[in-house]
Amino acid sequence: MSIELRNISKKFGDFVAVDNINLHIETGELVALLGLSGSGKTTLLRIIAGLETPDTGEVLFHGEDASDVSVRERKVGFVFQHYALFRHMTVFENIAFGMRVIPRRARPAEAVIARRVHELLKLVQLDVFADRYPSQLSGGQRQRVALARTLAVEPKVLLLDEPFGALDAKVRQELRRWLRRLHDEIKITSVFVTHDQEEALELANRIVVMNQGRIEQIGSAEEVYHHPANAFVYNFLGNVNLFHGRIENGRVFLGDTAVELENTHTHAHPETGKAVLYVRPHLLEIVMKPNGKQTFPATVKSINPAGPQVKIELVAEWGDMVQVEIDHERYRALHLEPGANVFLRPKEPKLFVYSI
Amino acid sequence: MAGQPQREPKRPGTADPPMVRVALITIALVFLALFLFIPVIAVFAEALQKGIGAYFAAIADPEARAAIRLTLMTAAIAVPLNVTFGIAASWAIARFDFPGKQTLLTLIDIPFSVSPVISGMLFVLLLGVRAPLGGFLADHGIRVIFAEPGIVLATIFVTFPLAARELIPIMQAVGSEEEEAAIVLGAGGWQMFFRVTIPNVKWGLLYGLVLCNARAMGEFGAVSVVSGHIRGHTNTMPLYVEILYNDYQFAAAFAVSSLLTLLAIATLIAKHFLERRVVPAKPEQDNLAVKVAA
Repeated sequence: MSIELRNISKKFGDFVAVDNINLHIETGELVALLGLSGSGKTTLLRIIAGLETPDTGEVLFHGEDASDVSVRERKVGFVFQHYALFRHMTVFENIAFGMRVIPRRARPAEAVIARRVHELLKLVQLDVFADRYPSQLSGGQRQRVALARTLAVEPKVLLLDEPFGALDAKVRQELRRWLRRLHDEIKITSVFVTHDQEEALELANRIVVMNQGRIEQIGSAEEVYHHPANAFVYNFLGNVNLFHGRIENGRVFLGDTAVELENTHTHAHPETGKAVLYVRPHLLEIVMKPNGKQTFPATVKSINPAGPQVKIELVAEWGDMVQVEIDHERYRALHLEPGANVFLRPKEPKLFVYSI
Repeated sequence: MAGQPQREPKRPGTADPPMVRVALITIALVFLALFLFIPVIAVFAEALQKGIGAYFAAIADPEARAAIRLTLMTAAIAVPLNVTFGIAASWAIARFDFPGKQTLLTLIDIPFSVSPVISGMLFVLLLGVRAPLGGFLADHGIRVIFAEPGIVLATIFVTFPLAARELIPIMQAVGSEEEEAAIVLGAGGWQMFFRVTIPNVKWGLLYGLVLCNARAMGEFGAVSVVSGHIRGHTNTMPLYVEILYNDYQFAAAFAVSSLLTLLAIATLIAKHFLERRVVPAKPEQDNLAVKVAA
């Protein structure tokens, strides 16, 4: 089922949670709403579910206005961040709940319910836990029960509110992959909310980057990561170095170094004025000698060689802290020590200049 | 070994010296014995003073039976009403933000902060035959004060914070996520209420019910003012005990008292078991359970 949001706005008192959002989600898509807390992403998800009523605008399911359709009739599945499992019911009863509350005439027979619950338990790989209570399960197991419970009512749309937010990193990764596989299998239109850019990039067909109740950019992982629409998106998707500089006659200056503009990814920028330049740590190269106008001097502060890349912290000549990531091979070749004076060079034409 | 100085047994820095501990425990126990155990035993001793036959005769007396019946009836009306009010009030306070929420919270406590005698007087002033409202009702043949309705009203008034006070913190701690989950899964309002809301607060509800019942049956002050002490008609058990006592019928007075005491003991036992279940599962406890399960 496709979802369409038209001019959705929602205020809580004076706080504008969602500000005139328009969004179309195709049938079978897996869409991420990505943003910091307070960006309105959860409110938007709750509006789609019908758990909140928008002040203005409408939600369309399959092209039909759902404004007057109550939550229980919307056929949406909602997975809560803290699982919201019924604590006084066993795992089995939790999953069966959605079927047990169907009006008697349409309710499946007990045997059908039991079969369906066991199918779902198998799907989430928890068949041995049917008689446990939620408090006897780990966080990851609970979230899988919550998913099974949601799928039991065969929703047309699956909405997930920070589904892995309360889990530790390892379990989160596992569940993420599992959800991806599940979605590939059952192809249900899904929207999930996350503040974890890595999660959004890995899981979603399309990412909706939100900030202060508005959409900053909609696009595939590739698009939002490599072609950010603005500084916020670039800044939000991954680590970034931020340099204050200036633009003079179309050239960007950092300290005394002029960085060539052809090497930057810019939209509109004035010919002259202040500028902020964003560079990802792995898009800076460390060289020992200056190399034309593309390099600027810096001093090594600290080195962290743990992990797939070596993380080096430097201080630029003009005082800004700079993070650089280089591979281990390059690190060994450079013989870097804290205190060493080196030069930094932007690697690719992927700088991002934003005039202020 | 003999030459070595005897080492004091190690004790955590926060523990009190043994002397203090013994003294405190002794004081507590002596106090309990003096003010609780001895009186309770005395009640039964006095009640059975003239033999078991007299004991049952005192209870079987028509006036005693009328008092017991009135007490049970009062509790049977007041307790369900207050539990209903408690659920409604705690739901409203825990789930919604509305103007006057703080005021409602404060108002709920009024019966606790006002002397029961004043509560009774309040009803006499409002519903007595000389008051406009009471006069109007009397003209239509409804007697409230010095009759059963007054007793029921006064009892409802003094007991109504009990269930609500018990339920509000539990409802707030449980939160509304499970209820939202139930609705999204297709449950109707009543299905959600009976399958999710009530089971989540059931122990607190039962606890509130037990407390409410004990107070409803034992209330003296407020009921005394509105009852008029008409023997066989408007005497509840506590009022009847007072009358017997003032008539120097000690054995009978203590026999009826012993029933109230038994109720109190049963309440305490119920309270003890309910209290252990009433604490809603906290996240920390959940984590602990996970560790145990893993």
